[in-house]
Amino acid sequence: MRVVKHAQRERWSSRMGVIMAVAGSAVGLGNFLRFPGQAANYGGGAFMLAYFLSLLIIGLPICWAEWTMGRYAGHRGFNSSPGVFHCLLKWRYSKYLGVIGVVIPVIIYMYYVVIEAWCLGYAANFLAGALHFHTAGSAGEFFGRFIGASADGSAAGFGLSQAGPYLLLVFLLNFVLIYRGVANGIELFCTWAMPVLLVLSLVILVRVLTLGAPDPAAPENNVLNGLGFMWNPEKVLVEKNAGPHWEKVREVVGAALIEAAKAEAAADSTLRVRTVGIWEQLQKPQLWLAAAGQIFFSLSVGFGVVLTYASYLSEKDDVVLSGLSATSANEFFEVGLGGLITLPAGFAFLGVAGVAGMSTFALGFNVLPLVFCKMPMGWLFGAAFFFLLFLAAITSSLSMLQPGIAFLEEALKIGRKQSVTVLGLITGAGTAFVFYFSKDLKALDTLDFWAGTFLIFILATVQVLVFGWAFGVRRGLREADKGAAFPVPPIFGPVIKYACPAFLLAIFGMWVLVNVFGFRFGGGPAELSGYVKDLFVEPNPVAWMAVGMVLAFGGFVSLLVARAEAFSSKPSNKGAR
Amino acid sequence: MTIGGWIVMGLSVGSVTALFIWCLWRVLSDPQETEHMHGFDKHTPDEE
Repeated sequence: MRVVKHAQRERWSSRMGVIMAVAGSAVGLGNFLRFPGQAANYGGGAFMLAYFLSLLIIGLPICWAEWTMGRYAGHRGFNSSPGVFHCLLKWRYSKYLGVIGVVIPVIIYMYYVVIEAWCLGYAANFLAGALHFHTAGSAGEFFGRFIGASADGSAAGFGLSQAGPYLLLVFLLNFVLIYRGVANGIELFCTWAMPVLLVLSLVILVRVLTLGAPDPAAPENNVLNGLGFMWNPEKVLVEKNAGPHWEKVREVVGAALIEAAKAEAAADSTLRVRTVGIWEQLQKPQLWLAAAGQIFFSLSVGFGVVLTYASYLSEKDDVVLSGLSATSANEFFEVGLGGLITLPAGFAFLGVAGVAGMSTFALGFNVLPLVFCKMPMGWLFGAAFFFLLFLAAITSSLSMLQPGIAFLEEALKIGRKQSVTVLGLITGAGTAFVFYFSKDLKALDTLDFWAGTFLIFILATVQVLVFGWAFGVRRGLREADKGAAFPVPPIFGPVIKYACPAFLLAIFGMWVLVNVFGFRFGGGPAELSGYVKDLFVEPNPVAWMAVGMVLAFGGFVSLLVARAEAFSSKPSNKGAR
Repeated sequence: MTIGGWIVMGLSVGSVTALFIWCLWRVLSDPQETEHMHGFDKHTPDEE
C-alpha cells in the first residue's frame, strides 16, 4: 500500500483539539442567524420536535459515518474525499464519488470568506463608532452599499466602511493558518477561538436577557415576549377573510396584543384571531423540510470536511465520543445560545413586525445592527457580536480549505507550500468573482444554491449509502466502535441503513420540488425557481458564469483524480498504518 | 411567553446544554486526553 509521507506527519495533537476544530467547522452564521428565524417561523414547539428527530435520524448517523469513514481511510494513507471513497469501496471508479467532496468546500469557501469579511467589517465599524442607524431603512442602505448590492464592482474599495480591506485580511489569515498545518494552524486556532466564541456569546446573552422592555412607549416589545415569539408552541395569528380562504395578516405575541387583536376582530367581521396548535404545524411538509435542512446544514454533514478532518486521527482515537461532542457543541451554540440571543434582542426593540419572516442576511446585517445602535453601549456589544460571528465564520472557512489542500497534496504529490499556493490561486480567483459580481448578490446566491445546497444533498446521500450499504453497516459500526469509550447504540444500525437514506431522499425530493420546480404546498400554481430561470428561462450571464465555475472546477478535480497515482491501485488492509 | 413556551425552551436548551456538558466531562475525564496524542509538529508539513 502506498503511504503518503507528508500525510503521516499530519495529525491532530489532542482529542479536545479535534473536537474544537470539528465543532468550529459546524458552528457558523447559521447557528446565530438562520436557526432562530426558522424556529420562530414554524412555531418553536413543532419545529423543535422535527428538529431533534432530524438530528437523530440524519444528523448523528451521517456524522458518525463520516468520522468513521475518514478515520478508516486516513489510517490507510488517504485524507481527501476521492481517496476516502477509493479506499472504502472495491469499485474501480469509486474515487470519482469523492470529487464533489472537494468541489463543495472549495466553492463554498469562495463566497463564505466574503460573508466572513462582512462580519469583521461590521465589528470594526461598530468599534470605530461609525454606525449610527435610526431606522431599518438606513441599516439596509448601509448594508447594500457595504456589500455592493446596487452594481457589480461597487463593493471594491479600501475605506473603513468598505468590504475590501476586510476581505483581504480574512483571506490571508485563512491561508496563513492553513499553511501552518492541521495541528499548528487549524487546531491551535480553534482551541483559542472556540472558548472566546463561547465567552462572547455568554456576555451577549446576559446583555440580551437583561434588556427588559427598552422602549417604555411599547411595553409589549420586551425580551419575555421575544422569547415567546421564538419558543411558544402555539402561534396566534390575525387572519383576514379573502374569499375561499383566510389569509394571514400578522402574528401577535403577548397577552395585551392578543387581547387588542381579539377586540379588533370583534369589531371587524372580515378578521379573526386563530391559534395554530403544534399538531397543525407538524402536518406542514415545509416545517419538516426546514427542520431537517437546518440540522443538515448546521452540522456541516455532507460537506466533505469531516471526512478529511477525521482522516488525521489515529486508529485508537475515539470517533463516537468525538463526533457526539462536536455535534453537542454545535447544538449548544445553536439552540442554547443562538436561540436565546438573536430574536429576543430584535423583538425587544422592533417587535414582531421587525423580525418576523426575515432572511438570514436581513436579520444579521439589517435588524441586529439597528438593534445594537438603539442599545446603550451598543457600539461595544455590536462589535462583540459581529466579532463573534467572524470567529464562528473563520473556524468554518478554515475547515473548507483543508479538503482541497489534502486533495492537492495527495493527487499531485506536492508539499504544503505548493498546495497552499495552488489552492490560494483557485480560491482567490473564485472569491474575486463573487466579490466583483455583487449586484443583488447574484454570484454568491447562485453558488450557494447549486454548490452549497444541491451538491451537499447529493454527497450526504452518497456517504450514507456507501456507509450503510456498500461498506456495510455492521462492519461500519464495528469500525466506529474501535477505541470508543462507548459503542454506537445498536438502534443506529437500522437507522443508518434504512431510516436515514429514506428520510434524506424524501427531504431531498421535497427540496427539489419546492426550490427547483417551485411547487407550493399551501396551494397555488407551481413556478420554476429563480435559480433555474437564471439558467434556462431568462439566462443570466453571472449565474451561468457561477455554474460554469463549479463545473470547470469539478472537471479539473476529476481530471486530477483520473491521473493521480495515489488513486491508481486499491489499498490493502494489511498495509494499513 | 406561555407555559408551553417555557417548557419547549427549557427542554430544548436544557437537553443540548446537558449533552454538551456531559460530553465535555467525558472527554476531559479521560486520562488519555491529558496526554497529547501526538504532540505539536514543530515543522510546517512540507518540510520532509
